[in-house]
Amino acid sequence: MWIEALVLATLLAAGIVFLAPDRVAPRLAFVLSLIPLVGSLWMFLNFDGSGNALREGSTIAFQNRVEWFQLGDLYTLNWHVGLDGISMPLVVLSTILTTLAIVSAWTPIEERQSQFYGLMLFLEAALIGVFVALDFFVWFVFWEAVLIPMYLLIGIWGGPRRKYAAIKFFVYTNIASLVMFIGFVALVFGLGDAVTTFDLTDVAQALTETEPDAVGWMDASTLKAAAFAALFIGFAVKVPVVPFHTWLPDAHVEAPSPVSVLLAGVLLKMGTYALLRFNFTMLADQAMRFAEIIAAVAVISVIYGALLALAQRDLKRIVAYSSVSSMGYVILGLMALTIYGVGGATFQMLSHGLISGLLFMIVGVIYHETHTRMVSDISGLATQMPITVGAFVAGGFAYMGLPLMSGFAAEFFVFLGSFGSPHLPASHIVTPMAMFGIVIVAGYLLWAMQQTLFGEFDLATDYNPREAQLHDLAPIAVLLALIIILGVAPEVAFEMIRDATAPIIPGGDM
Amino acid sequence: MVVDLPEWTALAPALFVGIFALILFALDSIRREPVSHRLLAGTAAFGSLLAFLSAVWYLVVGVGDPGERGVMHLFQDTLVVDQMGLFFAAVITAVTTMVIIASYDYLGEHAHRGEFYSLVLLASTGMVMMAFANSLVTIFVALELASLPSYALVAFLKTNRGSVEGGLKYFLIGALSSAILIYGISLIYGVTGSLQLEAVAAGLTGEHTSLLALGVLMLIGGIAFKTASVPFHFWAPDAYVGAPAPVAAFLSSASKAAGFVIAFRIFIEAFPLETMLAMGIDWVLVFQVLAVVTMTLGNVAAATQSEVKRMLAYSSIGHAGYALIALAALTNAGPYNELVLGAGMMHLLVYGFMNTGAFLFIAMVEYWDIGRCFDDLNGLAKQAPIASIAMTILLFNLAGLPIGGGFLTKYFLFAGAVSAGFWWLAAIGALNSALSLYYYSRVVKAMWIEEPTESTQIESYPLGLYAMLILAAVVTVVALPAFGPIAETAMSAAEILLG
Repeated sequence: MWIEALVLATLLAAGIVFLAPDRVAPRLAFVLSLIPLVGSLWMFLNFDGSGNALREGSTIAFQNRVEWFQLGDLYTLNWHVGLDGISMPLVVLSTILTTLAIVSAWTPIEERQSQFYGLMLFLEAALIGVFVALDFFVWFVFWEAVLIPMYLLIGIWGGPRRKYAAIKFFVYTNIASLVMFIGFVALVFGLGDAVTTFDLTDVAQALTETEPDAVGWMDASTLKAAAFAALFIGFAVKVPVVPFHTWLPDAHVEAPSPVSVLLAGVLLKMGTYALLRFNFTMLADQAMRFAEIIAAVAVISVIYGALLALAQRDLKRIVAYSSVSSMGYVILGLMALTIYGVGGATFQMLSHGLISGLLFMIVGVIYHETHTRMVSDISGLATQMPITVGAFVAGGFAYMGLPLMSGFAAEFFVFLGSFGSPHLPASHIVTPMAMFGIVIVAGYLLWAMQQTLFGEFDLATDYNPREAQLHDLAPIAVLLALIIILGVAPEVAFEMIRDATAPIIPGGDM
Repeated sequence: MVVDLPEWTALAPALFVGIFALILFALDSIRREPVSHRLLAGTAAFGSLLAFLSAVWYLVVGVGDPGERGVMHLFQDTLVVDQMGLFFAAVITAVTTMVIIASYDYLGEHAHRGEFYSLVLLASTGMVMMAFANSLVTIFVALELASLPSYALVAFLKTNRGSVEGGLKYFLIGALSSAILIYGISLIYGVTGSLQLEAVAAGLTGEHTSLLALGVLMLIGGIAFKTASVPFHFWAPDAYVGAPAPVAAFLSSASKAAGFVIAFRIFIEAFPLETMLAMGIDWVLVFQVLAVVTMTLGNVAAATQSEVKRMLAYSSIGHAGYALIALAALTNAGPYNELVLGAGMMHLLVYGFMNTGAFLFIAMVEYWDIGRCFDDLNGLAKQAPIASIAMTILLFNLAGLPIGGGFLTKYFLFAGAVSAGFWWLAAIGALNSALSLYYYSRVVKAMWIEEPTESTQIESYPLGLYAMLILAAVVTVVALPAFGPIAETAMSAAEILLG
C-alpha cells in the first residue's frame, strides 16, 4: 500500500501544482515534492526485502499484487508492484533528484511555472512507477507515461531548437518502445500455457523452467534471440548506447538544465534498469550468446562517447556525451554477469545519476550567469563564482573517478567484476580498453575546466557573472554530499544492490 | 417485493430516448412563446441519461445473460435484448447524453433548438434499436430511423455552406447505400425465405449461392456506410467537417458503434462462418480487405490534413478499420473468436468516449471562434490549460499510448488477430497506429509548444462543454485501471452471441 500511496501522492501533487497560480508554484512544488522524497527515504530505511524480485525465494518489500482484470480464461493481468535491492535505490534517486531539480529550476524557469512544475512532478510519479512495477503492462504504462511530460518539458521550455529536439526524442523513444513491446509480447506468446499473466516474476520463472514454443517461422531459440534483440535495441535507445545515441545530445542541449538533470540522472537509468531486468535477468542465456557483440557495443560506447565529448566545444554537450561513455560502463558491468560486475553496474547507475545531475546543474548555473556555454567564450570564472567553480571541480573529479567519491567506487566495482569475468569474452583485453575511457574523460574534463574556470577572467558575452544564489547552490551541495557519502561508504546502497543482484549471476557466486 | 416487469420493458433504453424525443416535440410546439433553452436541453439530457442508466442497470442485474435473467426475445424474435445489445445501448446513450449537454453551450441562441434535441434523441432511438434489432427488416427500419434525423442534423446550420453541403452529401450517399442494403436484403430473403436472423441461418441450404453472395456483399455495403468504412466513407469527412461539432461527435461515435453492432449480429447470427465457408462464401476475407484498406486510408489521409476537424474525421475512419478486425480475424469455430469480437466491442466503447471528447474539444474551439487549422490552436494551452490537458489525453489515447483504455483495447484487438493467426492484420494495424501518433501529436505540439500567432483572447468558458470534455478524458483514463468490468462484459457478450 505504501507504493501506491507514494505514486498517488506524487500524482496529486502534480495536479495541485498544475492548477496553482504561477506565483506560488515553484515553492509549492518544492514543498509537495518533499512528500514522495520523505516517503521513499522512509521506505529505504524500512526496506525489508531480500533477493531479486524476479527470482523465486526472494522477499519483495512493500509488495502488492492484486488482479487487475481478466480476459476470458486467456489472460490475467495483475497490478503488481514491489521493491527489491535494485529498484529501491533507484526510487530514492528519482525522488531526491526531482526535488533538487525543482529547486534548481527556481532561477532559470521564468514563464508558465505552474505547468512546468506540474509536469516535473508528473514525471516523477511516472519514474517511480517504472521502478516499482513488476507486471509488464503496469510497467509499460509508466514507461510510456514518462515520455509525455519529457516531450513537453523539452518542447516548451527548451532552447532555440527545442521543437526539433523534442520531436526527435519522442519519435526515437516511441519507436524503441514499440520494438521492445512487440519483442516481449512475442516472447510471452511463445511461452504459451507456461504463463498466463504478464507478471514479470512469472515470466522470468517460466523462462528458467521451459523453452518457448515455436511462433510462426521462428523456433524456440530464434524466438528468444529475436526477443532479446528487440528488447536490447528498445532499451539501447533509452540508455543510450552507440549507435542509438543521436537523440541524446539534441535533447540535452535544448532541454532546460533542471530537465537535463532528470533526463541524465534518471531517464537514462530507465534503459539500463530495463536491460538488467529483462535482458540480463530473464534472458541471461541469450546475453551470453551475444556476449561478443554486447561487449563490443559497451566498449565502443565508452571510447566513442568519450571521444565525442572530447570533440565538443559546448559545456553542456561535453557533459551530455560523457553520459554515453558512462553508460557504456554499465553495459560492460552487466555483461560481465559477476556479482561485482552487475552490482557495480547498478551502483554506477546511482553514482552517474548524482554526478551527471550535479554537472548539469552547475552548467545551468554558469549559463544563467554568463549566457554562454561555449568553452572558448569563458575563462577565469573562478574569480567570479568561487563556490560554483569549486563544486564544478569536485564534480569533475567525481566523474574521473577520484577515490572517496562515488564515481571511483562504481567504476572500481565494474572493473573488478569485468576483469576475469567468465562470461565476458576476452575480458582481460576488453576491460583495460574500457578503462582507457577514463583517461579520455580526464582529458576533456580537465581541458574544459582549465579553459573556463582558471586563468585571467574574460567573458565573450556582455554579462557580469556573480556567485549563484543560495537556492541554486543548495541542491549542488546536497548532491556533492551524497556523492561523497556513497564514495566513502558505498555499502549504504551496495549491500542492498549486491543482495538483489547475486541471485541472477549464472553459476552462483563469482 | 419483487415485481416481474412485462417483457417489453426490456427495451427501456430505446423507449426512454424515443418517448423523450416525442415529449420534446410536444414541449416545443404546444406553447406559443419559445420554451427556455435550459428546459429543452435538460429534458433531452434527462431522457438520454435515463436510457443510459436503464441500460447499465440491466447489464448489472444480468438481463441478457442466459446464466442470470436470460436473453429477451421480443416480437417474434425480431428484437432481442442481450448483453451485446445492452452494451452498445449504453455506449450510444452515453454519447448521446454527453453530446446533448455539450450542445447546450454550442447552440446558444440558435433558432431551432427544440428540433435539434428531438432529432438527436430520435437518431439515438434508431441507433439503440439497431443494437437490439434481430431481423433484417427491423435492422433496416432502425437504420433509417437513425439516418434520417442525422441528415437533418448535419445540415442543421442552414446558412452555412459547409453544413448544407455535408448534409446533402451524407443524404445522397445514405440514400444510395440504403437502396443497396434493401436490395441485398431482398436477395437474401429470396434465397432463404426469411428475414429473422436465426431463420436466415436456418434457411441456408446451399442453393443459389451466387445470389446469396451478392446479397451478402450488398449488406456489407450498407454496413460500410453506417460505420464510415471503405468503400462508403466518402461522406464522412465532409459531413463531419460541415456538421456542428457536437453532431460530428455524435455521428462519428454513436452512429459508428450502431453500425458495428448490426454488423456483428448479422454476420455471426445469420451467416455462420461454417455454413458460409461450405458454400464458398468467405465474408471474413471481405472484412479483412476492408479492414486493411479502411485503416490505412483513414490514417494516411489523416496525416495529410491541415484542418484539425478533418483530421479527426479521417482518424475516425481509421478507427473503423481497427474495429473491423473484430470481424476480420474470426475463424471457423476458432478458440480466439471471443477475444477478437470482445476486443472490438471494448474498442468501440472506449473509442466512443475518446472520439466524442476530441470532437467536443473542436466544438469548444468553434465556440471560441479560433479557427480550424492546426496553426490556429497554437499556444492554446496558455489560455485554456485544462481543456488542453483533456485534449492531450484524448489524442494520445486515440494514438494508443498507454495512458488510458485506448491502449488496452487496441492491444487486445491486435493480440486477438495474432492469436487467430492473422499476424499481418495486427502488423498493418500497428504500423498505422505508429503513423497516427504523428498526426495526433501535431495537435499536442500546436497547443503546448508553439507560440500563439495572434493573440485571441478567450472570454468565456462554457460550463457544459467543459464538463463533458473533461468527463470524456476522465472516463478514458479511468478505463485503464477499471478495465475489469468493461472486459468482463464485452467478453461475456461476445460469448453469448457466438453461442
